[in-house]
Amino acid sequence: MTQTPEFEPQIVAFCCLHCAYAAADLAGGSRCGYPPSIKIIAVPCTGRVDSLHLVKALEDGADGVMVAGCLPGRCHFQTGNLYANQRVEHVRSLLKEIGLEADRVRMINVSAGMGVQFAERAKEMAETITALGPNPLRVRKAQVAPTDAAMEETN
Amino acid sequence: MIVAERKPLEAIVEMLKNDRKVLAVGCGTCVAVCFAGGKKEVEMLASSLRMTTRLKGEKLEVDETSVQRQCEVEYLEALDERVKDYDAIVSLGCGVGVQFLAERFPDKRIIPALDTKFMGGPTEAGVWEERCQGCGSCMLGETGGVCPISRCAKQLMNGPCGGSKHGHCEIDENIPCAWQLIWERMDKLGRIDELMEISSPKDWSTGRDGGPRRVVRDDLRLPEDEDI
Repeated sequence: MTQTPEFEPQIVAFCCLHCAYAAADLAGGSRCGYPPSIKIIAVPCTGRVDSLHLVKALEDGADGVMVAGCLPGRCHFQTGNLYANQRVEHVRSLLKEIGLEADRVRMINVSAGMGVQFAERAKEMAETITALGPNPLRVRKAQVAPTDAAMEETN
Repeated sequence: MIVAERKPLEAIVEMLKNDRKVLAVGCGTCVAVCFAGGKKEVEMLASSLRMTTRLKGEKLEVDETSVQRQCEVEYLEALDERVKDYDAIVSLGCGVGVQFLAERFPDKRIIPALDTKFMGGPTEAGVWEERCQGCGSCMLGETGGVCPISRCAKQLMNGPCGGSKHGHCEIDENIPCAWQLIWERMDKLGRIDELMEISSPKDWSTGRDGGPRRVVRDDLRLPEDEDI
């Protein structure tokens, strides 16, 4: 896929408040940087993340979506992270049907103490999305409506 | 409940190839509880259709709504004005819902987004199984509450057949033998002697063999004008 040199991916990261959100905080506190393209949304548990949240984020122009939950067996609500993983897999297969790359959606598992690992996974996600290039839906939208594109760039 | 499953996205897109603006309509009853055609599934399908057509460089506007039941005309009245703006309606109802929409809106194309599978229910999370074929003359009282019409591959009236192996059907080892279940259940109920009687062939005239069926309840019909 063609990619512009200045392309900086926009990645929405749904982070569980009990683990990944704290891990991201720890990464920051430990001066362990992760790409600024990761936009974190805190959720009480990744079990709250619905397939629709993932699909809508992509439809609205996100280049990638990451769901970051607790380690398997360590979910604060027992199984929320396992449900989230099933939904991520479901959405990945749906993306293939739609015609988008499945790798634009990914689940990672970290504990609250894994700040370094969170930063590493986030960096890997950003690298994957950078390699895939911009979300073609955003590019299409820009081609169809240049005004909207200008608005997006301003934002 | 009526259990349904979404058609492949490609098949739905193909049916919409000549349309520019469509309305996806969900149904809040059976297909909502089997996660095939409720509000959330309508949003997901509408979103998927918008995305896949935009990726192909085609223009398809997809709006979404849902009604409580597509198979009752009273719930469709609310759509009377709205459907005028659309080239076609994508129904996420069962086959009944699709046909009621077609009858209500004779000048609109109605596209089925689901494949209607069977009458059944969930046996565990994410798994639905068939339990009834609507044969029109229920014999569950004679078979311990296990239906040989919907659950026996051969629809045997006297079973099991020789294809019953270790409690499972020869067509698929994941399908329990209905007649094995019937025998176990009747045994538990102390009514095994009833199974020793040979059942006569089923009268299929009450089923699909009798043609499209109709139920009429005079006590529920509206009074005729001359009686008012």
